[in-house]
Amino acid sequence: MSLKDLFRKQRKYATIPSEQAKKEIPEGIMEKCPKCGTIFIAKELEKNLKVCHSCGYHFSLSAPERIASLIDEEHFFPFDEDLRSVDPLEFPGYVEKIEQDIKKTNMNEAIVTGEGTIGGYPVILGVMDSRFRMGSMGSVVGEKITRAAERAVKKKYPFILFSASGGARMQEGALSLMQMAKTTAALERMNREKVLFISVLTNPTTGGVSASFSSLGDINIAEPGALIGFAGRRVIEQTVRQKLPDDFQTAEFLLKRGQLDQVVPRLELRDTLIKILAFHA
Amino acid sequence: MSNPLSFEKPIVELRNKIEELRAFTSEKSIDLSEEIETLEKKAERLEKEIYGNLTTWQKVQIARHASRPTTLHYIHTIFTDFLELHGDRLYGDDSAIVGGIAKLNGLPVTVIGHERGTDTKDKISRNFGLPHPEGYRKALRLMEQANKFGRPIITFIDTQGAHPGMEAEERGQSEAIARNLREMAGFSVPIICVITGEGGSGGALGIGVGNKLLMLEHAYYSVISPEGAATILWRDASKAQEASEALKITSDHLLKLGIIDEIIAEPKGGAHKDPNEQTILIKQALLKYLEPLLAMSGEELIEDRYKKFARIGEFSSAVLEGKA
Ligand SMILES: [Zn+2]
Repeated sequence: MSLKDLFRKQRKYATIPSEQAKKEIPEGIMEKCPKCGTIFIAKELEKNLKVCHSCGYHFSLSAPERIASLIDEEHFFPFDEDLRSVDPLEFPGYVEKIEQDIKKTNMNEAIVTGEGTIGGYPVILGVMDSRFRMGSMGSVVGEKITRAAERAVKKKYPFILFSASGGARMQEGALSLMQMAKTTAALERMNREKVLFISVLTNPTTGGVSASFSSLGDINIAEPGALIGFAGRRVIEQTVRQKLPDDFQTAEFLLKRGQLDQVVPRLELRDTLIKILAFHA
Repeated sequence: MSNPLSFEKPIVELRNKIEELRAFTSEKSIDLSEEIETLEKKAERLEKEIYGNLTTWQKVQIARHASRPTTLHYIHTIFTDFLELHGDRLYGDDSAIVGGIAKLNGLPVTVIGHERGTDTKDKISRNFGLPHPEGYRKALRLMEQANKFGRPIITFIDTQGAHPGMEAEERGQSEAIARNLREMAGFSVPIICVITGEGGSGGALGIGVGNKLLMLEHAYYSVISPEGAATILWRDASKAQEASEALKITSDHLLKLGIIDEIIAEPKGGAHKDPNEQTILIKQALLKYLEPLLAMSGEELIEDRYKKFARIGEFSSAVLEGKA
C-alpha cells in the first residue's frame, strides 16, 4: 500500500471511489476535483466551502455562495440590482450572450455589491462572479463598484472587494477600458478619506481588473492557487519564447514577489477578514 | 511618398505620372501644362476620396505607420528647454516611456509619453514602446514631482500595450498601472492626455487619466488589440480588420461614446505626411484646453477629473426608468 492510499483511507469525507462513478458524474450531485480527481457529493463539498477535502483545491464560488460564506446571517442588503448591460457598440452576439448568462446564473451582471456585517462589523462588499461573462468588467460592473466605493466613503465603512474576472469586457470596447480609470478614481477618494479597502483576489484575477482596483487594496489577500496576472500566459509564452514556471502567476508566485500581503485559505478567510476589521474598527 | 500603404497605391501612381510629365516638359520643352493640370485635379479628387473615407483598418495602418512621428518628435517641436529625467528610483530606466520637464509657450510643464523609437536599433532598445513596470513607475515619479511643484502634466499615448513578459509580471505590471490610475485621479495639477498613435489597452491608460483626453484623427484606442479580439471571436488573428470595426476604436466613435474631448485633425493622409503641421495642430489644442484648466483650483481639478470618468459608461436602470 502506497502512502497515497493510506491518506485516502484516512479521509473522513464521503468520496465515491468506484470506476463507474468516475465515469458518470451526475451533474449537480457529484463533483470531481480537477486537481486530484477525487469525487465528492456536491453537498459535502459545499459544506467545506468548495475546498477539496483531499488536496485543498479551491473550486470557484458563485457570488451568492461567497456572500453566504462571509456575511452574518440575513445581514446583506444589495445595491443597484436594477442596473443592466446595454449594447453600446452593437457588438456581434453581445445581447444574446448577456441573456444567456442571466439565465444561466440567475444574476443581472458579473458583480453583486451591497452592505452587510461580518462578525458584527459593518462593511460594503463587492463580489464578482466568474460565471457571468467570465466576470469581465463592462459599464455595469464599473458603475456598481464606483457606487459601492462612494457609499463606503459616505458611511466610512470598510470596502471589501472580491475579484474574479478575466479583465475588461471586450464587447463594450473602450467603455470597458475606461471603467478601470473610473473605479480607481473612486478608490482614490476612498484612499484620501482614509477608508479601509481590502482586495481579495480569487481565481482568476487578470487583465484590466488586476491592473486596476484589485491591485490597490490597503491589504491585498489572495486565495490559494488563484491565477493572478496582467498578460495571458499564452501571450507571454509567444513573446518570450521560453517555458514559464508551473507556478507562474499563481497567488503563491505573487506572494513571493511581494505583490500580496497574504495567501489565505478559504476556510480561514472569514476569520482573517474579521481580524483585519477589528484592527480598523 | 515614403512607405505608401496599400490603399494609397492609386494616389502614388498618379502622382508619379504627374512627375514624369513634369520632367518630360522641362527636358523636351513641350508644353504639357494642361494635361498636368487635369491630372493634378484628378489626384486631388482621388486623395479626397481615399483619405476622406478611411476605413477603421486603414486608420489603424496609419496609426502604426513606420514613419509616424513619435513622442520625442512632439516633445522637441511643441515644447522648448526639454530636460529629460530618467529612472524610477526602484529598479531601472525604461526607455519605452520618456519624460521630463519642458516649457510650453514659456510655462514649465511635465511631459511624459510612450516612445516607440525611430530606427530599428532605437526601436529595439525602447522595446517598441511597450513599457515594463519601471516605465510606469518612472512616469509616476515624474507626475508626483509635477504635482509637488504645481506643473501641469501632459502625456502622449502611443503604445501597443504594456509589455507581456515574465519579468514584467514578476515586478508587478498590474500594480504599476493600477497605481498610476489611482494617483493620476488625485493630482491637483491640470492633466491633458493626447493619444497620438496606438492606444493599446491598460498599457495606454497607465498614463492616460486626465482632465482632458485629446486624440489624433487617425489614432486608435482599444480595450484589446484588433488581432487579440479576432483571436477570441473567431480564433483567427487574420480577421483583425473585422474585429477593429466591431470594437469601435476610432476617434469619431470615441468622441460619440463620450470618452475623448476632442479630435485633433491630421494632415491629409496622416501625421507622417507633415509632422510639423501636426505639431502645430497639437500645440494649438494643448494651449486651448490648458488655459481654462490653469484657472481651476487643485480641488476643482480633482473633482473635474472624477466627474469626467464617473459619467463614462452605458447601462440601463430600472429605477431611473420607473420600473422598480
Ligand atoms: Zn483535490
